Amino acid sequence: MRDWYRRGLSHLIVGLCGLAVVLALVPLVLILFYVLTRGITSLNWAFLTRMPAPVGEPGGGMANAILGSLIVSGLGAVFAIPIGIISGIYAAEYAGTRLASSVRFAADTLNGVPSIVIGVFAYGLAVLPFRQFSALAGGLALGIMMVPLIMRTTEELLRLVPTSLKEGALALGATRARAVFTVVLPAALPGIMTGILLALARIAGETAPLLFTALNNRYFSTDIRQPISTLTVQVFTYAVAPNEDWHRQAWAGALVLVAIVLTCSLLARVATARMERLHRGS
Amino acid sequence: MIKTKARPDEVLFRGLTGAFAVLVIVGVGAIGFELFRQSQLSIKEFGWQFWQTDTWDPVAGQFGARPFIWGTLYSAILALIISSPVALGIAIFISELCPDWMRWPLVFLTELLAAIPSIVYGLWGIFVLVPVVRQLEVATPDWLRSVPLFSGPPLGVGMLSAALVLAIMVVPFSASVAREVLKAVPQAQREGAYALGATRWEAIRMALFYARTGIVGAIMLGFGRALGETMAVTMVIGNNPQISWSLYKPQYTMAAVIANEFTEATDDLHLHALIEIGLVLFIITLIVNVISRLFIWSMAAQRGPRAARPATLKAAA
Repeated sequence: MRDWYRRGLSHLIVGLCGLAVVLALVPLVLILFYVLTRGITSLNWAFLTRMPAPVGEPGGGMANAILGSLIVSGLGAVFAIPIGIISGIYAAEYAGTRLASSVRFAADTLNGVPSIVIGVFAYGLAVLPFRQFSALAGGLALGIMMVPLIMRTTEELLRLVPTSLKEGALALGATRARAVFTVVLPAALPGIMTGILLALARIAGETAPLLFTALNNRYFSTDIRQPISTLTVQVFTYAVAPNEDWHRQAWAGALVLVAIVLTCSLLARVATARMERLHRGS
Repeated sequence: MIKTKARPDEVLFRGLTGAFAVLVIVGVGAIGFELFRQSQLSIKEFGWQFWQTDTWDPVAGQFGARPFIWGTLYSAILALIISSPVALGIAIFISELCPDWMRWPLVFLTELLAAIPSIVYGLWGIFVLVPVVRQLEVATPDWLRSVPLFSGPPLGVGMLSAALVLAIMVVPFSASVAREVLKAVPQAQREGAYALGATRWEAIRMALFYARTGIVGAIMLGFGRALGETMAVTMVIGNNPQISWSLYKPQYTMAAVIANEFTEATDDLHLHALIEIGLVLFIITLIVNVISRLFIWSMAAQRGPRAARPATLKAAA
């Protein structure tokens, strides 16, 4: 092969790779641009504090849906954090065992299960037996999705804690449980919190598993045994309805969602960067 | 590892944390079991017929799910064809080409793309992408129209819009896994190539060849995502159960039909039919995911230096 051909090909491929980056960033910029410009005009105080207006009347807001999203995501977190962290501890502490690799495999599998399927599962588990859609069922669905995220983060961060810390505790006569809970876990906690934050951000944006678990509710509700409105389901309902004013509100809702996700990701990024610097420093 | 004597508290600790680990494993099994249990009516009534017929008529009690399988597979494969080269390009750019200061901003931006909720993609799809696609379809010259791929009414909503949205959503997933995989390729592979006088691309090609199984795994992982994606697809695919090669015709996917009809399913047979679709979606994504993990793990197990993420590498061994 001639030299100029090889060099030319190399330049071409390098250029194509750069082009791929641009191609992927274009939609990102476009989406952020539209969400921002269309959302900002409809986002006002009323949107955040008012209830939805009756059908046909303009105005109104999504106060109940925003609160609902917080409640459902919170329920998910309450359900997922203990399971995720403790199974993560097992996977890190007994890393070589067959159960540890099985649970790792199960978590990765669970992570790949489509959210709509999780929704159907939660429906069968928490809606069907009681013949009642509820915030609790929605929280269960979101919680199931959070477990693998929290478990994997916990495991990875526990493994990053220097073994000498644990060995020190054990040498002082601490039991394994004590060493893990009072020495290793606290050392890894900031990172785990970051992971939980990221998981929460991801889960707060889920729609599919809530469609037939938490359902929707036009009224203000904090009762977790009742159907509840969530931001995502509300955006979906408004987006597919033939109503200009609702479309406007859907964009505002999307802006709120993107703002939440963006803030959490940025916070997590900054926290991770700081931790990495700390680790390198020590 | 430190060996401690198995004292009662040690046994208790191991037992309790282990119980939670078992719970996670049982949970995954429970999903499959529950879906199977809740779809008995439909499974008994239709058997394999369910997957071989095309009529979906809840009112008449006729349920044939073939168009949904078709829509799911077709849209995911189209999305894969569009997204794979882009994802691979990004992975190569970030891990092999870009200067250090650019690396983390790029990683952050692709992560952001993955973090945007599906519903926001859907909203953007309906109001921004679909009108553009419609104009594109209207502008299609007649001679091209006669090709089955481009036949059909210029509605905007349809397979093309769905595939585009899916492709955008899948890119960050495949790209980040492919990047991890490339990171695990020993530096010596590239240095060896350079030492023999290779150009940049030839060195990258060596790395790609070394990482081939992992990269196939990364792309399959994106495929799994695309198969199960619900909201964005539901909003732009047109929701019409028909089997067609056409990119312009509205079609339907498994996830979308569950999302749209689940709360409206009044009789048990309809509900069970929908849950059966969920069961098969679960099984398909499970298989795709397991295969892609095996690919990625076998790649990591090839022994790279302890570069990328020790935890992931060790998990593989």
